[in-house]
Amino acid sequence: MSSLKFTEDHEWVLITGTTARVGITAYAQEQLGDVVFVDLPTVGAKFAKGKEAAVVESVKAASDIYAPVSGTISAVNDALPDDPSLVNTDPQGDGWFFELTLADAGELDGLMDEAAYQAHIGA
Amino acid sequence: MTDTETPLLTTALDALHRALGARMVPFAGYAMPVQYPTGILTEHNFTRSSAGLFDVSHMGQVTIRGLNGADPAAALERLVPGDIQALKPGRMRYTMLTDDAAGILDDLMVTKLEDRLFVVVNAACKTQDIARFRAKLPDCEVIEHHDAALLALQGPQAVTVLETLIEGVEDLGFLSGAEFAWSGVTLFITRSGYTGEDGFEISVPNSAAQSLAQALLADARVKPIGLGARDSLRLEAGLCLYGHDITQDTTPIEADLAWTISKRRRAEGGFPGASVVQQQLADGTSRRRVGLQPEGRAPVREGAKIYADAALTEFLGTVTSGGFGPTVNGPVAMGYVAASHAAVGRALFLELRGKPVPAQVAALPFTPHRYVR
Repeated sequence: MSSLKFTEDHEWVLITGTTARVGITAYAQEQLGDVVFVDLPTVGAKFAKGKEAAVVESVKAASDIYAPVSGTISAVNDALPDDPSLVNTDPQGDGWFFELTLADAGELDGLMDEAAYQAHIGA
Repeated sequence: MTDTETPLLTTALDALHRALGARMVPFAGYAMPVQYPTGILTEHNFTRSSAGLFDVSHMGQVTIRGLNGADPAAALERLVPGDIQALKPGRMRYTMLTDDAAGILDDLMVTKLEDRLFVVVNAACKTQDIARFRAKLPDCEVIEHHDAALLALQGPQAVTVLETLIEGVEDLGFLSGAEFAWSGVTLFITRSGYTGEDGFEISVPNSAAQSLAQALLADARVKPIGLGARDSLRLEAGLCLYGHDITQDTTPIEADLAWTISKRRRAEGGFPGASVVQQQLADGTSRRRVGLQPEGRAPVREGAKIYADAALTEFLGTVTSGGFGPTVNGPVAMGYVAASHAAVGRALFLELRGKPVPAQVAALPFTPHRYVR
């Protein structure tokens, strides 16, 4: 059982049990353009909800990726340093950034479902 | 400044950009294409391998003509350190407008024609530049060409493509220009550009700009390229971007542009800030523009601080342009450092998100120029 949620900052969050996998949406990668570098957090690092956890760099600019919920990094996507373009080609699949273990599952209630996110981006 | 205060100006190619799916952004008061649907990396690489078509119509195109027999080349030399009088008709040169402290007010391309000069200046500076020409060159007539667009066709296939439309352009040497007839209009074409590639800039009446662009784009060897790739191309070519790598706070010598000042002009002076330039040529400068090659993959961008040590305590200067170089396939940057650390190969550190990134002073350009000599 897993569920997919979204933030206003265009991150998606795939929740499986107490683990949340985080990436950016297709809309976000489209806005960013070609991704050339991703600065990932270290496994074991703790982040409070809303704190900068990663940085994604396009040819044009750097953008912060915020922890959508509080938690501890349990895994990062080791494929990204070698092939950051995965964020463009498969943003909601192989282009994921990191996974964290939820500190407070109640925070998930503050995230959007897919319909709300689609409305948020005016799709 | 907000985008809503003043409506953006548009170029003659605005409708074409939108039809081609460009993402339009405000730039120097104009709505300009930053990229097309394939994206900046593809556009950059296409320009280096084939031919990219750029709309640079936002730049100012100016004719300076002497009045009552005055020589416009001698006149313009009162404002720029470049050797304009040495130009033979049809030849062009890169130079800059300076102030009395040798600060750079703009950079420009000057082409000498039989009885006049054709000058291309930056969009953001053109109003001030033209006011300066008019105020300081009372012996000249200064005409801005609002009625002309400017296209750049850049890349190794540019010459072959353009020759199929306009016979004879392949005979133009690098940094020379001439008039050509095309489809009932007169084009002024120079073999120049700002990407490090062979290519052309084409001044075309607004009325014919879209049909010329479409004729070029009809060739599969040509794709439209936006400002995003223009910036990464010129950065890899080690070329200065006005307002970033060169400003009123930098002199031509600090900017490593001494090569644009001939022996005669160094000796004679006679341009704003000449005494500062002469003193800096003799004594050196305390800081210099250099290329910077950061280690790793992370782009280091404009504004990043440059230090001598990993502890980030001995400050050397600031990055003025930086990003990802698609041809280099890694991060590239330019910036000013203390002269003590300006030698190629010198190790230094760039501050990225509070952490030191090891880097080296790199020889410019990052990507070899492929101009046709």
